[in-house]
Amino acid sequence: MSLDMTTPIPPVIGGPKTVIGIQDVTKIYQTGSVEVAALGGVSLRIDEGEYVAIMGPSGSGKSTLMHIIGCLDVATAGSYFLAGEDVSGLSENELAVIRNKRIGFVFQQFNLLTSLTAWRNVELPLSYAGVPKAERKRRAVAELERVGLGDRVEHKPTELSGGQQSRVALARALVNAPSLILADEPTGALDSKATADVLNVFSDLHRAGHTIVLITHEEDVAARAQRVVRLRDGFIESDTSNLVGGA
Amino acid sequence: MGWLETLRTSWDAIRSHRLRSGLTMLGILIGIAAVILTVGLGEGAQQQVSSAINALGTNLLVVTPGSSTTGGVRGGSGTSVSLTASDATALGDKSVAPDIQAVAPSNSRSESLTAGSTNWTTSVVGTTPDWLGVRARTVDVGRFLTNQDISGEAANVVLGPSTAQELFGGADPVGRTVTIGNIPFTVVGVLASEGTSSAQNQDDQAVVPISTASDRIFGGSTRTSVQSIYVEATSADTLSAAYQEANQELLTLHHVTDPTAADFTIASQESLLSTATSVSKTLTILLGGVAALSLLVGGIGVMNIMLVSVTERIREIGLRKALGASPTLIRRQFLVEASVLGLAGGLLGALLGIVGALVLPGLISSTITVSPTATVLAILTSIAIGMAFGVYPASRAARLAPIDALRSE
Ligand SMILES: Nc1ncnc2c1ncn2[C@@H]1O[C@H](COP(=O)(O)OP(=O)(O)OP(=O)(O)O)[C@@H](O)[C@H]1O
Ligand SMILES: [Mg+2]
Repeated sequence: MSLDMTTPIPPVIGGPKTVIGIQDVTKIYQTGSVEVAALGGVSLRIDEGEYVAIMGPSGSGKSTLMHIIGCLDVATAGSYFLAGEDVSGLSENELAVIRNKRIGFVFQQFNLLTSLTAWRNVELPLSYAGVPKAERKRRAVAELERVGLGDRVEHKPTELSGGQQSRVALARALVNAPSLILADEPTGALDSKATADVLNVFSDLHRAGHTIVLITHEEDVAARAQRVVRLRDGFIESDTSNLVGGA
Repeated sequence: MGWLETLRTSWDAIRSHRLRSGLTMLGILIGIAAVILTVGLGEGAQQQVSSAINALGTNLLVVTPGSSTTGGVRGGSGTSVSLTASDATALGDKSVAPDIQAVAPSNSRSESLTAGSTNWTTSVVGTTPDWLGVRARTVDVGRFLTNQDISGEAANVVLGPSTAQELFGGADPVGRTVTIGNIPFTVVGVLASEGTSSAQNQDDQAVVPISTASDRIFGGSTRTSVQSIYVEATSADTLSAAYQEANQELLTLHHVTDPTAADFTIASQESLLSTATSVSKTLTILLGGVAALSLLVGGIGVMNIMLVSVTERIREIGLRKALGASPTLIRRQFLVEASVLGLAGGLLGALLGIVGALVLPGLISSTITVSPTATVLAILTSIAIGMAFGVYPASRAARLAPIDALRSE
């Protein structure tokens, strides 16, 4: 099942259902009079149930790509089809529903609300999904238990360690049971034990059929994925299948 | 997410930023309280003046020295000796002025009254027996002044009920002695209370014969002149006829050929009222303007805090959007938050204003009437301020791409 992805692949195609279809996407930042091309033209296809690691040096555009995939940012040019649907044609309110129900995003900087306790942070996506209050708390606490924070439910982010905060962010991404999970260096702040726990969570999710895309700098984290996409200076450098790895 | 849920989220946000929320509310609170108090002060003054003038009665004319040229005061003429006791006598002549029922010249001055060891300063009115009927007063105990009192320059005094209370407590004052300007006066009667609270000063005065007052208490120019002449028409319908007769008679007596150059002014209750209300309306508008200005200043403060608060929370807005909050929902959340702050500040301000309206009159001896219209308007304004300056920047932030909002400083 090795795929050679060096040539662009049209977004809509037969075979396994395509979740992410990106074609010639560029992202140009205008800083004063200087233009920075964070993405120089990226085409990428990720199918349903895939477990993909994105690697690359700092500043190569990994986070930028991830934000576009997560509908948090819009590309300067190029097209993006999410599950066969052209994202650029969606209204803000439709995008909100997609971010809420279909995508779980773990930010590189966690982005927790400091005024809310851990479980109140985790329940946020549920409240936007209209889940009743009692069920929200139950599910938020269950999700925190899954990432090993069952005893930190009432703590505020400032009362948690960096690793604990990243796990709250993970619990929040998972709480609405999204089919697509995007994680920007979810293990960056974790020790080897916590890293293993989090990776086991991802493996479980992968086995359950979720599509996972994660950014990492660590080869052994990438080794757990099925496929590794390497970026350099805003371009895909390589896209290889992990024959030995996989979950 | 329903409205109730949104309300809860907003309430959490307000509570988790206590200082900021408190400052926002304080700005609105002070503005609203200021509006209520100043507008109330103006309206209170207006009512006070109106009811004092209403207490004069409908068929009364008041003649005062000096002229009132339209729209201004001719300086100094009011102090000249232009009304005399003989003017009053002439106006009382039925053959000259058939529509005039009674005439009462009057001089008054503030004097210190002493009864035993008790001192009380009040307005001493020197007048004639007709004063009682002209001013529509009645005597409660004892009798009023008589013509003999006038002709004999009797040292007799009739006290207002409040004055009697102040000087003698509950005891019957009739027959007792009150010293006014070193002259011992005998109390011959006590007036019945006017009853209305707004006309308190009507109950606090001492009435003495005009002859005694002029010659023995006031002295000076009051020996020949009078400060005012109260003229009672035979009925409310003959008021304008009485006015004409009094005017003509006085012009003749004073040898004035040009009516516009008259050295006296005749005012009716109605004309006094319209002048007074227009004056106090101006006062109310002026005070209201000052209050509106303070509300505006408060509003600018609120705007500042709201803008800072929303800017501070653009990251939060970005995150909420990233987690699935629609722009509609974000707008709604900030709308509710701003309204809650505005409403809370407005209600607390109204409360403070009303409490102030109850407490302050005791300290500054003026009436404050809380106007419901001004109160409601002020509260609505406060909500509008909160919304305008809280919701607009929030909804602008809600239009940003989540990641741009998240990256903002
Ligand atoms: N808002 C922005 N304005 C201007 N330039 C930006 C902005 N965001 C990112 N960039 C630039 O785009 C490039 C890619 O940034 P990106 O955050 O995607 O890198 P990354 O691969 O995630 O790096 P890291 O591994 O350090 O997280 C960088 O050169 C960065 O300077
Ligand atoms: Mg990054």
